[in-house]
Amino acid sequence: MASNSHNEDVRVRDLITEKRAKKSISQIFEKIIPIILFSFALITILTTIGIIYTLLVETIEFFKRVPIWDFFTGTVLRPLSQDPQFGVLPLINGTIISSVIAMLVAGPIGIMAAIYLSEYASDKIRRVLKPMLEVLAGIPTIVYGFFAFTFVTPLIRSIWPDVEATNILSPGIVMGIMIIPMIASLSEDAMSSVPNSIRDGAYALGATRLETTFKVVIPAALSGIIASFILGISRAIGETMIVTIASGSSKNFTFDITESMQTMTAYIVEVAGGDAGAGTTIYYSLYAVAMTLFVFTLLMNLLARYVSRKFREEY
Amino acid sequence: MKLMDPSKMQARMHRRIYQNNILKYIFLLATLFGLVVLATLIIRVLNDGLGWIDFNFLTGRLSNDAERAGIMGAILGTFWLMVVVAPVTLIVGIGTAIFLELYLKKGKAQSFIQTNISNLAGVPSIVYGILGLTIFVRLMDMGNIVLAGGLTLSLLVLPIIIVAAQEAIRAVPSFLTEASYGMGATKWQTIKNIILPAALPGMLTGAILALSRAIGETAPLTVIGIPALIIPFPSGITDKFTALPMQIYYWTLDSSLVAEYANLAAATIVVLLLLLFILNSTAIFIRNKFQQRY
Amino acid sequence: MSISFVTETPKKELPSIHEANKQSNQVVFDTKQLNLWYGDTHALKEVDLLIYEKEITAIIGPSGCGKSTYLKTLNRMVELVPTVKISGNITYKNKDILDRSFKVEELRTLVGMVFQKPNPFPKSIYDNVAYGAKIHGIRNKKILDEIVERSLKGAALWDEVKDRLKENAYGLSGGQQQRLCIARTLAIEPDVILMDEPTSALDPISTSKIEELIQTLKKDYSIIIVTHNMQQAARISDRTAFFLNGEVVEYDKTEKLFSNPNDKRTEDYITGRFG
Repeated sequence: MASNSHNEDVRVRDLITEKRAKKSISQIFEKIIPIILFSFALITILTTIGIIYTLLVETIEFFKRVPIWDFFTGTVLRPLSQDPQFGVLPLINGTIISSVIAMLVAGPIGIMAAIYLSEYASDKIRRVLKPMLEVLAGIPTIVYGFFAFTFVTPLIRSIWPDVEATNILSPGIVMGIMIIPMIASLSEDAMSSVPNSIRDGAYALGATRLETTFKVVIPAALSGIIASFILGISRAIGETMIVTIASGSSKNFTFDITESMQTMTAYIVEVAGGDAGAGTTIYYSLYAVAMTLFVFTLLMNLLARYVSRKFREEY
Repeated sequence: MKLMDPSKMQARMHRRIYQNNILKYIFLLATLFGLVVLATLIIRVLNDGLGWIDFNFLTGRLSNDAERAGIMGAILGTFWLMVVVAPVTLIVGIGTAIFLELYLKKGKAQSFIQTNISNLAGVPSIVYGILGLTIFVRLMDMGNIVLAGGLTLSLLVLPIIIVAAQEAIRAVPSFLTEASYGMGATKWQTIKNIILPAALPGMLTGAILALSRAIGETAPLTVIGIPALIIPFPSGITDKFTALPMQIYYWTLDSSLVAEYANLAAATIVVLLLLLFILNSTAIFIRNKFQQRY
Repeated sequence: MSISFVTETPKKELPSIHEANKQSNQVVFDTKQLNLWYGDTHALKEVDLLIYEKEITAIIGPSGCGKSTYLKTLNRMVELVPTVKISGNITYKNKDILDRSFKVEELRTLVGMVFQKPNPFPKSIYDNVAYGAKIHGIRNKKILDEIVERSLKGAALWDEVKDRLKENAYGLSGGQQQRLCIARTLAIEPDVILMDEPTSALDPISTSKIEELIQTLKKDYSIIIVTHNMQQAARISDRTAFFLNGEVVEYDKTEKLFSNPNDKRTEDYITGRFG
């Protein structure tokens, strides 16, 4: 380095050295930034801890008042009566039945749409149809609730008059429609990631597109497809507004899909929206039901991840 | 002796091809089914609601009289919610993404936080409502004000923006960061000057999608106890409020009592969907316009 | 070092390799028993190398021989790979650069780098060149203007871009982008410039422009260039090191190494028998 220079030009190196000496503030900054960012990342952890802690504490309080066995085996839910009973089975039943109806709609239609998009549609068509399906996924659930209550239910009743004004069938179907894009999109991803060389093998033997799809592509993409179904079920279990609006608040333990049933989520809305004071058994039942719901969906999500990891095909 | 009989194969061939063609159209119909429902839904809502949208409806106060009812309170409530949700999610979400992608070393801690985030994304929104009710409304004693609702919704949509921001950061080519480090830039200088500008379009797109999710979310607000009728308009984040989806909820429920409420709900849905449409178009615009191609 | 760059592209004759060899320059980098691992892969083995000031040192060898790794160790860019482990010793003008107390940011302002693929920032031409000065805290507009002009002149790019300094750098051709990257490096007035196959992504005309530029830069900078192109090494460098499987097989004056190599493997490589 020619430090003995006679030139009087700007000496960038000297300027840099000079600035560097003064840079202690920005050096502190450099150390503080990661700490601030870490505290942001901590919020996600705190959220999880917060959810588990609040649910757990109040649920334990609930089980001090209502035996855990009675809660999980009771078929009678009468929180507001003189002699309150807190059996959760009617809610679990309502949740399962609405989810099954939803999956009967979303499963076949979703997978068929995925097959079309992945195996049959041209690039051009796919680029038009996929975003349109995603619009369906972006509609707020409250809008679906309105749709179920004011359109689908009257439509069903005009065909099948036995169906009550609030029933589990209509919100089940509408939830299914809401879930179609999710299953279609995730299954399509799984099927698209099957390499073409595998398809080519089948085509070269003279297989049709259909045969290739069912005998080669779907078996290869099965783990992703199953995972999409499980996530769809989890979504249906956690869905709140559609069932709250369209299925009413009957706490009957029944399998009749023309009747009103309450799901776990709808019960939470009802109790939280009512005026159950803090400290009452009804108030604590809110947390016990929410805990059950949380565990249900968490298990589903973990299962979906396990399936897609464990059975992932190595191409 | 031939094991394959050509004539039999030929006979089966037609059936196989026929099956393939039929099912192709069935698959197409299944794809279109969702879109038909979407169209029905939109037509239905427009049909019921469009006639009810006028100046008085958009600027008026709530009223039991369907003819006089307006949604200004709900619009303002949704606006103030966004005033809370947008900065909170943007700062915390992008900050978390930067920490996970650029500061935290790959390893157990990283995969733990990552797994936790994807689990949070799968927690039903109503459970967030209970968290908000317990922590913000009761424990911190905020009551059911905008801030409590906004923070609850922020926690709910945080995973969406974190994941989007992480993807945007990963998409920044390493040759840019290497060039910056190669000039003696520090980590934060490189993040601030090179990574953030390059990742910003992707981050903003994710933020807007998260925001539109928050705008339409109803379940957590019902749990927090947002009332049906609020006469004074909210004028800040510490006021009590109602929001557009809550308004739709109450009007839909009561439509069995007063038939016109269904129209009011539909009209409010039109407003809500329009808002979401604008937000999503903005997101697509940002993505297409500012995404740098290298 | 204030006259860091020539302010106009010089037309004067370049010193011949013989002349360069006669100078007894000082040592810039002294590498002793350098070992480097990527996870379990032993990428550099017992590397000993002396790099001299104001010379062009070429590093040649087949792909995966560790030549780029060695280069990136000299400004510790190699540490961006999380699994990397280093042992041994490298001193830069008698300062141990592998020492934790030696700030990488400081090292990298002394030791600039030009990459294989031109990698300008998606910013204007001006902002690209001013970037280094700005991150080191220089905000004065007049000084920045001067730095930009001098650096672009030093990289023989000024005449081509002086009317469109505010335009995005991605509008330049590949060769211009690479000279912009050189200008960007010159702007912070480093001592040493590391070049990692700087012409491998360029066409022959751009390549010869850059080679010519490298020759003129030698006056003020010590340059270490990794190249897979042996003609390039022979054309422009004063000394050449031949790497093979993470080891230095031979290191000598370029003329000697190419005309009369000591090691059979060097001979095989430069005569094209492998690699």
